[in-house]
Amino acid sequence: MKMSMAALAMLGLIFVFSTGCKPKGVQSAVGGNSAVKSFVPPGKYDEFYNFVSGGFSGQMAVYGLPSGRLFRVIPVFSVDPEKGYGYSEESKPMLNTSHGFVPWDDLHHPALSVTDGIHDGRWAFGNANNTPRIARLDLKTFRTAEILEIPNSGGNHSSPFITENTEYVVAGTRFSLPMGDKLDVPINTYKENFRGTVSFISVDQPTGRMNIAFQILLPGINFDLARAGKGKSHGWFFFSCYNAERANTLLEVNASQMDKDFIMAVNWKKAEEYVKAGKAMKKSVRYAHNVYDEAAHMATSKIETEVLVLDPKDCPDMVYFMPCPKSPHGCDTDPSGEYIVGSGKLAALIPVFSFTKIQEAITAKNFDGDYEGIPVLKYDAVLHGEVKKPGLGPLHTEFDDKGNAYTSFFVSSEIVKWRISDLQVLDRVPTYYSIGHLCVPGGPTKKPWGKYVIAYNKITKDRYLPTGPELTQSAQLYSIDGEKMQLILDFPTIGEPHYAEAIPAELIMKNSTKIYKLEENKNPYVALGEKEAKVVRKGNEIHVYMTSIRSHFTPDNIEGIKLGDVVYFHVTNLEQDWDVPHGFAVKGANNAELLIMPGETQTLLWKPERVGVYPMYCTDFCSALHQEMQGYIRVSPAGANVPLTFSTGEQAKAAQ
Amino acid sequence: MKNTILNVIGIICVSIMLLQCKGGVKEDQPTVDFAELQKGQPEVHGTEVKDAEIVMNTPLNQEWVKGGENIYNLKCLACHKLTEDKLVGPGWKGVTKKRSPSWIINMIINVDMMLEKDPEAQKLLEQCLVRMPNQNVSKEESLQLLEFMRKNDGEM
Repeated sequence: MKMSMAALAMLGLIFVFSTGCKPKGVQSAVGGNSAVKSFVPPGKYDEFYNFVSGGFSGQMAVYGLPSGRLFRVIPVFSVDPEKGYGYSEESKPMLNTSHGFVPWDDLHHPALSVTDGIHDGRWAFGNANNTPRIARLDLKTFRTAEILEIPNSGGNHSSPFITENTEYVVAGTRFSLPMGDKLDVPINTYKENFRGTVSFISVDQPTGRMNIAFQILLPGINFDLARAGKGKSHGWFFFSCYNAERANTLLEVNASQMDKDFIMAVNWKKAEEYVKAGKAMKKSVRYAHNVYDEAAHMATSKIETEVLVLDPKDCPDMVYFMPCPKSPHGCDTDPSGEYIVGSGKLAALIPVFSFTKIQEAITAKNFDGDYEGIPVLKYDAVLHGEVKKPGLGPLHTEFDDKGNAYTSFFVSSEIVKWRISDLQVLDRVPTYYSIGHLCVPGGPTKKPWGKYVIAYNKITKDRYLPTGPELTQSAQLYSIDGEKMQLILDFPTIGEPHYAEAIPAELIMKNSTKIYKLEENKNPYVALGEKEAKVVRKGNEIHVYMTSIRSHFTPDNIEGIKLGDVVYFHVTNLEQDWDVPHGFAVKGANNAELLIMPGETQTLLWKPERVGVYPMYCTDFCSALHQEMQGYIRVSPAGANVPLTFSTGEQAKAAQ
Repeated sequence: MKNTILNVIGIICVSIMLLQCKGGVKEDQPTVDFAELQKGQPEVHGTEVKDAEIVMNTPLNQEWVKGGENIYNLKCLACHKLTEDKLVGPGWKGVTKKRSPSWIINMIINVDMMLEKDPEAQKLLEQCLVRMPNQNVSKEESLQLLEFMRKNDGEM
């Protein structure tokens, strides 16, 4: 009896030691005092900005770490009535494509600009998965500055990963497609007629302007994720590939036939040389290139018609395949640039490739035949080693500053910490549930901040109050500065959180734009002061040059608009004070409101369809007299002889 | 006996958990120097100006009067009339007779300090109920505005 009691006591101790402060059940998220680690007192700033994909919301969300507080939702590929994005005349061109105006997309992966492989706080990039595009966000303004459509692409998934000095952003096609002149082909001729591409988009320093430098034409397989080399592997890019079977139906079975798919290694320095040497073919295509001008407060959209394409058969030593077990997903380069971690979604191990061995295998032509003319390197020749029995369903890997890797496991819902040098598993923590991506601040760079790892989960059951059949998306924050990972916070997220990156706050906040200077406003419809407020008729177009300031519009009464007129409200916010935007809304307008930043001009298009007097008002609380910030617009029948006049607080003036 | 042992186990478990947790807490929130981060920003908050620092031209500097009028049209006219009538803020007629030059300049470029400290500024806020916005006017520009106000009050 005594013995068994002692044994029980030992068991208790072992249990306590092995679990530490980790929650025993799903209900107790945070044990002991660990929540203190995520507490940022009122009036204090967070340590990191976390840029998180909004997934099917088409937006990017910005959270503070370690608090998990939501600071901003940046509209990128979807219209956003809160900010008038995609509704104002100035922002509509941002969502133009070769298919016309596309109001929605699916943003998967944020990527932050780097210099010498370290976050520099200039830009964030994001991919549109559905109608392939890459966006560049300006981190001074937290706004989308540029969107570039990608031709010859379908399902722009392996993007927008970037090279060591933001020389290139890549965009790899998930769906291979028929291209060129032969577009109308039977789907079951996939193997003959479908091709894949990866695009290298150059980024101009320091403006950030993007341009498709070249595309590489590839066999019709699916490109999933990618990472640039860095340090010793600078000049190379790695892409995970699945469906080496080139199936075109029921891929969950038909693309899992082979034991191994590939990680593709591209020598992009070599590709640059081939482009310079004239090896690229000019292909006729159509794609939109949209740029937002911060001085004019206005976007323009241009349709481009040509792209340069490199074919590996004309360009030896540019592309190689490496066998990688069972439908690789994540393809992550460690901070030194030596190791490339593949994650076979269906594999029971994690293969880690060595850049040095890849170079040796290429020199020795240590090939295992070729795939559609592209050399396949021998698996054993390029392998650093395999992490054995790490868990089920490895997806993505991030790194800390101590030579450790953190891999997310979708099926077994956990994060596993392992050491890169000897591939030993060191620690594991549960996630709630079905983790996809994960993020260590600075994790994809040469200089990770090994303080936190954040899990972005696919399923949230039993974490939060129920909200009907759909629950909030969620993230979980773990402290990793000790030996053991420790859960310190759950926080809800927007859309589906795919990838995310986190960057020290001081790299961003010191450059944050507070106002737009009125003196620098170059919008053609600006009213620089109330004296310039006016109403102008041009045929059936009415242009209202309107100003807003706490707490009135000028003009706030307009008469003489007739049915059939098309009214453009060009509203200039005369404020020069941080965080004092004004809104503008008109009853019955078939779009959204405007939200106009201090010193900015934005335009709302309104087509009145009934005779009457229409109220308008400011939608963003601006002062104690915000409610008084309103006005009226009178709309008369088409043939009426009401003169066009406008006023604020005095006699109405005749329009021009 | 059984209970005692279980209790002991419980106490050991709880104390180990507490110890481990305590060891895990760190007071290492980084301090962010906000003043440093504000440098080089387009939003300007002036520092307090004293009467002695302000040069009063007689006769008026006509270039400053013109410059002041341009700034007025762009940034002030929306809320201030040139008569005594209140719009959003008080009318400007007579302001240079009622207020000291430094009061006017501080109200333009250092309004947060004025609304916090100056009883006259606080009285005006009670009447107008809209905080005078910081319109990012520089000290030099505010002197031009003062010159324009003096012209408006009949000085030559």
